[in-house]
Order: sequence, then structure tokens, then C-alpha cells
Amino acid sequence: MRLIQFREALREAMCEEMRRDERVFLMGEEVAEYNGAYKVSEGMLAEFGPKRVIDTPISELGFAGIGVGAAMNGLRPIIEFMTFNFSLVAIDQVINSAAKMMQMSGGQYPVPIVFRGPTGNAGQLAAQHSQNFESWYANCPGLKVVVPSNPYDAKGLLKSAIRDDDPVIFMESELMYGDKGEVPEEEYLIPIGKAKVVREGNAATLISFGKMMKVALAAADEMAKEGIEVEVIDLRTVRPIDYDTVIQSVKKTNRAVVVEEAWPLGAISSELTYHIQRFAFDYLDAPVRRVNSMDVPLGYAPTLVEATLPNVKRTIEALNAVMYR
Amino acid sequence: MAQKKKSEVTKQGEQNKHSLTPDKKAEVYDFPQETYRFWYEKMLLARRFEEKAGQLYGRQKIRGFCHLYIGQEACVAGAATALTKDDKWITAYRDHAHPLILGTPARAVMAELFGKVTGCSKGKGGSMHMFDKNVNFFGGHGIVGGQIPLGAGIAFAEQYMGTQNVCICYMGDGAVRQGAFHETLNMAMTWKLPVIFVIENNGYAMGTSVKRTSNVTDLYTLGEAYDMPSEPVDGMVVEEVHLAVARAAERARKGEGPTLLEFRTYRYKGHSMSDPAKYRTKEEVEAYKQQDPIEQVKRRMLEKGFGDEAYFKQVEKEVKAIVEDSVQFAEESPYPDPSDIFKDVYVQEDYPFLKE
Ligand SMILES: Cc1ncc(C[n+]2csc(CCOP(=O)(O)OP(=O)(O)O)c2C)c(N)n1
Ligand SMILES: [Mg+2]
Repeated sequence: MRLIQFREALREAMCEEMRRDERVFLMGEEVAEYNGAYKVSEGMLAEFGPKRVIDTPISELGFAGIGVGAAMNGLRPIIEFMTFNFSLVAIDQVINSAAKMMQMSGGQYPVPIVFRGPTGNAGQLAAQHSQNFESWYANCPGLKVVVPSNPYDAKGLLKSAIRDDDPVIFMESELMYGDKGEVPEEEYLIPIGKAKVVREGNAATLISFGKMMKVALAAADEMAKEGIEVEVIDLRTVRPIDYDTVIQSVKKTNRAVVVEEAWPLGAISSELTYHIQRFAFDYLDAPVRRVNSMDVPLGYAPTLVEATLPNVKRTIEALNAVMYR
Repeated sequence: MAQKKKSEVTKQGEQNKHSLTPDKKAEVYDFPQETYRFWYEKMLLARRFEEKAGQLYGRQKIRGFCHLYIGQEACVAGAATALTKDDKWITAYRDHAHPLILGTPARAVMAELFGKVTGCSKGKGGSMHMFDKNVNFFGGHGIVGGQIPLGAGIAFAEQYMGTQNVCICYMGDGAVRQGAFHETLNMAMTWKLPVIFVIENNGYAMGTSVKRTSNVTDLYTLGEAYDMPSEPVDGMVVEEVHLAVARAAERARKGEGPTLLEFRTYRYKGHSMSDPAKYRTKEEVEAYKQQDPIEQVKRRMLEKGFGDEAYFKQVEKEVKAIVEDSVQFAEESPYPDPSDIFKDVYVQEDYPFLKE
């Protein structure tokens, strides 16, 4: 099968959906003439023109809200945040408008919108540019939150997100845009809300999503060298969460570790841990462990980055702990 | 409500109009030799320092985002001589020249770029987050527009405490499209806060020219919506910067409130180290280099007899030595210890961080 970059997979998803549906458009900072700050939308202005690929000023609150209004009135916007750090400027419109409109209006005004862009750290970018708000958005009813980990999933999930009639937060990573993966030429969709068992095993269940899947898979590889087969689950969507897949696996392996880039308090890992103890308590042979970023803003120096982010070493330690090794 | 007085908004067909003032004659300005020397020496330091930083970025000694100020130096140097040591400064992420010109040792700024513990933010901030309380520099801020309310808040505290100090708050042309800018200007004017808002209009926010973001391209006129005294300033002419900031500071100190200054300037380099800047022409960059703030000052110093070739050579040599020394210092300094991640997050020393 052909290999394409993560950014190309995203672009294909957007282009295909824009060809298919006139109501879909892309709006954000540097998406058009600059061809995207991270070149995700390269060539889209040339194909679709300035009516449908729209550069904005640095006015996140405004263009997020314009997107929501347009969605209420029949369009299907894709709003790009250059990174989700900057979505905080716009979060009022995401939470108070997009997530609430359907319910407040008694079902009269759905908001079919996608807010997308990179999340999390991208190396030594320091505190304001290295944050994960997956759990913040996932906390809010009314939204769906998708965090793909590879080009194949990214394309199928983004197409589903664009076709979804509800607001979807779609989180990528600068550090993954260049990753290559197998993506078929033929059209396909991946349903939102379905996790994937990406590696089977019996020793323990290792759950992650997004960029941290690399850490999870690398840790599983390391364990396999010692003959320990860890089952790895890619959540792919963190709202709704596919609890069934997680619980089924934990019932089989009796042990679980969660790897997540966000800070630990009130994280997706806390949520999963609650569900596992509530619905698989009798199956657990050890307390669930998690590996999150340390409970601090990310510093610039390489030593601070190294000491803060989840990594393979900490993940293996957590796996060993749940296996009492 | 009374009708807003709107200065006529000129629609430019071409590139953003920066008033490329024809080269000023030395006799127009009446500043002492000492001031001129400060300007020349500090601007040259910032220039050479950043040229070095650019090279070191290429060698991966400096990582992350790195935004150079080359071309814009007069915007800080002119303000530094117009304000007092007690006045407060804040800006965005294009923030190397501010501390350097205010007097932060080049060593501390370079070490910060390297992520060393001896840096002015202990290696925690890097290029975008220089801070130095010693020179009243309230930092470099990474969220476009985020520092604008902070600047007004710093001024609010000065007013509250009854001092005579002002805060000078810098932002880019891109930042004026944020809601925070408009909300803050309104409150600052209503409450007569002693703040000087400076727009460093270098023509572009990343790849987006000013004229592509709004019908209003004479950015100083945005202040008029709030009846704020506002004016455009040739940001390539350090004397003009000084004079404009001095007028604004005087007004603020008299209790008359804020001013909005639009410094028309230019960045010679790309937005950050990764930007090839294909959205502008070589000719445009060249036209601004002809207005180079450092060269202008040098010319006028020569005319005024405030420096001869020997002096300029000497300064070049000294600046080079300072920059070299800062690099060596940064190279030799240690990185922060991994355990430092738990330091400086809270003032409370025994804060119970989640460790698992
Ligand atoms: C809220 C927010 N949105 C987007 C960005 C990404 N970004 C960083 S700098 C920049 C351009 C800012 O341009 P301008 O204000 O003109 O300042 P300059 O870089 O020219 O000094 C953008 C869009 C950001 N840092 N913060
Ligand atoms: Mg600018």
C-alpha cells in the first residue's frame, strides 16, 4: 500500500470532503496563502479558492465563533487552530456556544463543526506552547474529541468528523505531521468512538492515544524482547471513550497502565482508572498505573523536557509494577 | 453616544505603507553625545547578539522557536532613553533586544537561549520567555495579544500605588486583531492607566501582511475608537521613537492616561528561524535595509561629531567581545537539574505535586 505523511492524510480527508460537500470550508491562521503553518493545507487554496480556504487575522475567539454561527446556519466549517494552545483564546465559543447550542435550543440548532490543530509538546517550545487540553475538552458534554495516532486513522477519523453533525475537537501533533503510514487510495471512514487493539497480548493492557501511542508501542516492543506480550489499545477518541474495548481487555489481562501526555489531575487516565476499578474490579491483579507528564508546566531546557514528559522508561516501570516484576 | 472621530482610513493598494521617512538630517535632532552613544552601542549589541543567535540556532545550540528582532532595534533603544529605570516593560516572544538594551547581561540572555540554568529565566523560558526583574522587564509572552492586558495591569498597579511610573507594552501588528487588545485599550483609557501601548508594525504577522487582516491598516487609528491619543512613528529612526515615547510618558505621568504608538518598522529575517519568508520581495527587504536604524544613527553621529571611525571600530570590537563571552558562558554553564521541574511552579515551597 502507498505510504503518505500524516499531514497528507489530513489534507486528503479535508479535500475529499470539500469536493463532496460544498458546505465544507477551512478557516484559520495561515491556512491559505502560506499553505498552512505546518503545511497541512498545502495546495488547498489553489484547488478551492479563497471562498473556501480562508486566512484569518489572529482572532481566535472571533473566528471560532464565526465558525459556530456558520454551522448553526447550514455550513460545515473546519476551523484550524495553529495549535490548541491558542484555542484557549477561543475556548468560550467552543464550550459556551458549540457544545451547548444543540441542547439549549431543544435540538433546533445542531453545530456541525470541526476544530482541529496540533496538541501537546513539540520539543523545546516552553510552557505556553506545550500543553494538552484533551481532557479539558473531553470533560465537556456536547463535544466529541478525537486524537488520532497515525495517518490511516487520521484520515478516516477526520472524514467522519467532518461528516458528523455534532462539534468535534480533532487533535493532531506537530511532531507527527511528517510521520508516514499506509493509507489506501480508496475512500474509507473510521467511526468516532471506537478504540483499536493495535497489539494483542495477555500480560497487561496498555492504553494510550495520540502521539503517546509511540511511547506505548515502543514500551510494548521492549517488553516483548523479554517475552512479555502486552496488549496495546489506541483509544483514538477520548469523548466518547470506548470503555467496552478497555474493560474487555483488562478482564483478559488483569492489569492496566495508561500513558497520556497531559497533566495527571483530572486526566483521561484518571477517568479510565475509575472505569476500570468500577467495572473490572474483580479482575484486577494490581492497582492500575498511569504515566502522565509531570504535574508541572513544560520547561524549555532539554533536561526539563526529558524529566517532564512520559517516556518509554517510565512506561516500562509502570508495566513492571502492575506485573510485580 | 457621540460620533467617533475616525481619521480617514487610507486604503493601500500596495504593500503596507510604512512611512519611509527620507533620511533625517542630523540637525533636526538635539540629543547629547551620551544618548547617541547609548543608542549605537546597544543597538549594535542587540544586532550582533542576534546574528550570533541565528548561527547558533543553525548549529542546534538554540532550540524551539526563535524570533529575531534584527531591523527593529530602534523600537527598544529609543524608548529606553525616553523612560526611567523605574518604568516597566513587557512584550511578546520577539524579546531578546528588550532585556539586552535595558541592561540584562548578554550572558544571561544567551544562557537562556541555550536553556542553561544561568539564563535570565533559569533555562525554563528559552527564546520566547526572557524575564529580568532587575531591569523591570516583565517578560516575553507567547500567546499573541496575551501581554496587552498584562501591560495595562502593571500600569494599574503603578497608578494604584501612586507612583509616577509608566508601563510600556509592546505588541506586534498581528496582535491588534485580538479581542484582548480592544478590551484593554478601552479600560486603559477609561481608567487613565499610565501605559504606553506600542505596536511594532513590521508589516507581517508570520506570512500575513497587515493589509490582509483588516480594512484598517493605519494601526494607530485603532486607538481613536477609544479616544486614546495615538500616533504613527517611524520606527527605523531612534530619535523619533524617543520623542514619541517621551511625549506619551509625560502624558501618563501627568495622569492623562495611555497612548497608542504605532512604530513602523521591519524585520529583516523571517518570522522565526523556520520561515523562509516567501511572502515578501527581496526589493522590499532591501528598501528597509536602506533605512537601517543603526546605520542612520551612525551617519548622524558622524555628522554631529559624536563619534569617529576609531570610536565605531572600538564599539564593534567591544560588542564582539561581549557576544563571544556570552556564548562561551552559555556553553560552559550547566543545564538545569531535572529536579528543577518542581521548582518555581508555586511560591509555596512544599506544594504537593502529584507524582504518580
Ligand atoms: C493566540 C495565538 N495565536 C497564534 C499564535 C501563533 N503565532 C505566533 S507569532 C504569530 C504572528 C504574530 O505577528 P505579530 O503580532 O505581527 O508579531 P511579530 O511576529 O511580527 O513580531 C502567530 C500567528 C500565537 N502565538 N498565539
Ligand atoms: Mg508583525
